[in-house]
Amino acid sequence: MGNTHASGDNYINHEKGLWSWLTTIDHKRIGLMYMIVILFFFLCGGIAAMLIRLELFASGPLFDGNTYNQILTYHGAIMVFMVIVPGIPAILGNFFLPIHIGAKDVAFPKLNLASWYVFMAGAILAISTLFTTKIDTGWTFYTPYSIKTGTAVVTMVMAAFIMGMSSILTGLNFIVTVHKLRAPGMTMGRIPLFVWAVYSTAILQVLATPVLGITLLLLAMERTLGVGIFDPARGGDPVLFQHFFWFYSHPAVYIMILPAMGIVSEIIAAFSRKTIFGYTAIAYSSLGIAAVSFFVWGHHMFVSGQSEIAGIVFSFLTMLVGVPTAIKMFNWLATMYRGSISFESPMLFAMGFLFLFAIGGVTGIMLATVGLDVHFHDTYFVVAHFHYVMVGGTLMALTGGLYYWFPKMFGKMFNEFWARISFVLIFIGFNVTFFPQFVLGAMGMPRRYADYVPAYESLNKISSIGAWTIGVGFLVALYVIIEGLMSKRIAPANPWGAKTLEWQVQSPPTHHNFEVEPVVTAGPYEYR
Amino acid sequence: MSTVNQTAKGEHHYAHHFRDAMHEFLTSKEGIWVFMVTEILMFGGLFVGYFIFHALYPETFHEGASHLAWKMGALNTVVLIASSWTMALSIHYIQRGLNSKATMCLIITILCGFIFMIVKYFEYTSKIQHGLLPGKFFHYHEAVSQQLPLYFGFYFCMTGLHGIHVVLGMSLIGWVLYRHLKGEFNPHYFTAVEGVGIFWHIVDLIWIFLFPLLYLVG
Repeated sequence: MGNTHASGDNYINHEKGLWSWLTTIDHKRIGLMYMIVILFFFLCGGIAAMLIRLELFASGPLFDGNTYNQILTYHGAIMVFMVIVPGIPAILGNFFLPIHIGAKDVAFPKLNLASWYVFMAGAILAISTLFTTKIDTGWTFYTPYSIKTGTAVVTMVMAAFIMGMSSILTGLNFIVTVHKLRAPGMTMGRIPLFVWAVYSTAILQVLATPVLGITLLLLAMERTLGVGIFDPARGGDPVLFQHFFWFYSHPAVYIMILPAMGIVSEIIAAFSRKTIFGYTAIAYSSLGIAAVSFFVWGHHMFVSGQSEIAGIVFSFLTMLVGVPTAIKMFNWLATMYRGSISFESPMLFAMGFLFLFAIGGVTGIMLATVGLDVHFHDTYFVVAHFHYVMVGGTLMALTGGLYYWFPKMFGKMFNEFWARISFVLIFIGFNVTFFPQFVLGAMGMPRRYADYVPAYESLNKISSIGAWTIGVGFLVALYVIIEGLMSKRIAPANPWGAKTLEWQVQSPPTHHNFEVEPVVTAGPYEYR
Repeated sequence: MSTVNQTAKGEHHYAHHFRDAMHEFLTSKEGIWVFMVTEILMFGGLFVGYFIFHALYPETFHEGASHLAWKMGALNTVVLIASSWTMALSIHYIQRGLNSKATMCLIITILCGFIFMIVKYFEYTSKIQHGLLPGKFFHYHEAVSQQLPLYFGFYFCMTGLHGIHVVLGMSLIGWVLYRHLKGEFNPHYFTAVEGVGIFWHIVDLIWIFLFPLLYLVG
């Protein structure tokens, strides 16, 4: 400790061998371990998505209905529980949150490693259902079907429970890290907006996930003991499952999007070379979104038979989410206004995020309107809406974030040309895939069906072609990462000229991040 | 790997990313409290379910409670409160360097946990013998209310999940006791005892809500 490291010593070559990785408690290495497995699961979920679009390419069956339901379920469950929920916090949050606040590690490094193993245990359990009776409930496990189906619901539900536990432990670690491990001078008003976003996410992970945990346990007990809580024949209520489920899963939507907003804040400030506009507003709007998110779950249930009053209240509360979200959008735009913008690939992804997330957000307000939702409920309009948020929002930001921080994480530069190609393919492919689905939904095409009437065929063909374009785009992005790793283009400490702390240390960072504890005297975006 | 800083006496150690031992202690304590929030929220789901179905079928819950042995429940309440007291005392004694008294208190706390589980065993056995079981296993023939299986679903889920926590707590106290006997704790370092203590108190607190809700609603 405290010795000056010989140049060339960094967290990657600090120790050698597979065992040193599997037992590491370095937050940066744990972030990379998450990256490897989550990118693999993303590939699995992506293959399922491609198969879905293959089935829907033409009217008439290709797989039988059961197979389609299983592919659909694995696509949803893998993407939600194993990619998008853990994605940004576990990979980039783990790697950069401690460095951003000037800390040497997260508060509980061993717990951090344990979270990875817990996550892996859950993920392996989830994958194991593929080799038993599989699962066909959709990722939401709605009762009463999830009680009656003969598939491996209990295993899958326990897998989600275990991965939820990992999510809780990561969130707990981040909350305490932000509270307790900030460097001298790093006040809460000086932490980067990425940290604010991941911190708000962590609060949601800690407060919402236990409720999912007990809901899934109750579902498992319902199947094994026939407890009856969700079974009308025993006096229970299947709609209660929906209430419990969405009480977690709506905040979970913000668990998925808030960290993405954090990445976008970083990238936009860095590539506009301008002090972020409205730091306080963006920071507090993250907390605002987190707070409101607990009171909107009923908007998933407008047609479930809940009372009209409840519907109206949930509708207004849901629209309230638009306020802090719009605050962020306007502040990002104001940051770009008169900035010295350059259009490197991370910035392209951030701007792609703004465009797609705006569409995802506005259609969200449409769906929050009770009258419209009665028409749109369970149609492709909903599918298009949440893909605009989760893919157009979260995955665009995750990809942009991986490019943005790639030089810092690996000390190499990626190939900018191919990175831009990946952006063009993903961005265009995305709109070609999902914009027609708004139209299909408005025409009344129901979601989750393996087949459709011929009237929907032409738009579905366009959608499928778009999906394969996205697939190619992400493969190009994977190539960019692998080619970058193998290249000899050494990255400087601060290739983008950004001001946050991670760019003030060498690329890749040393084992302890900072050889001398930094003393912070200014905010994170003092450009001009 | 984490570097552990040690003073000459070897009694004042903390991980490399903390400023001093106090910093580590306060950080760990906050972590435990955040974890306790998640525990309370998890049980919160069961409590919400309980209140919903209690509002729907008050007679069922009345009938269900009449099948429970409230005296046994009350005994267990007293046992757990006593164990919370000895748990708190053990920290008090460690802080003052009275190690053998602290050992005694930790042992009594674990014994209280055993007493709780033994009482619970007798309660469960009697329920099982009478067929007062959750949902589809329910086969008690003199039930008045149709939803009685649901009540016993709640009874077994809530007390079962709580029981698992009691066993976990006992194991954790056992682990703390083992470390204490090895002489790892002293007036300057007792983080693990404090953390496990907080867990144990929350487990007791949940029982203090479970007892009136399940046994005394009649």
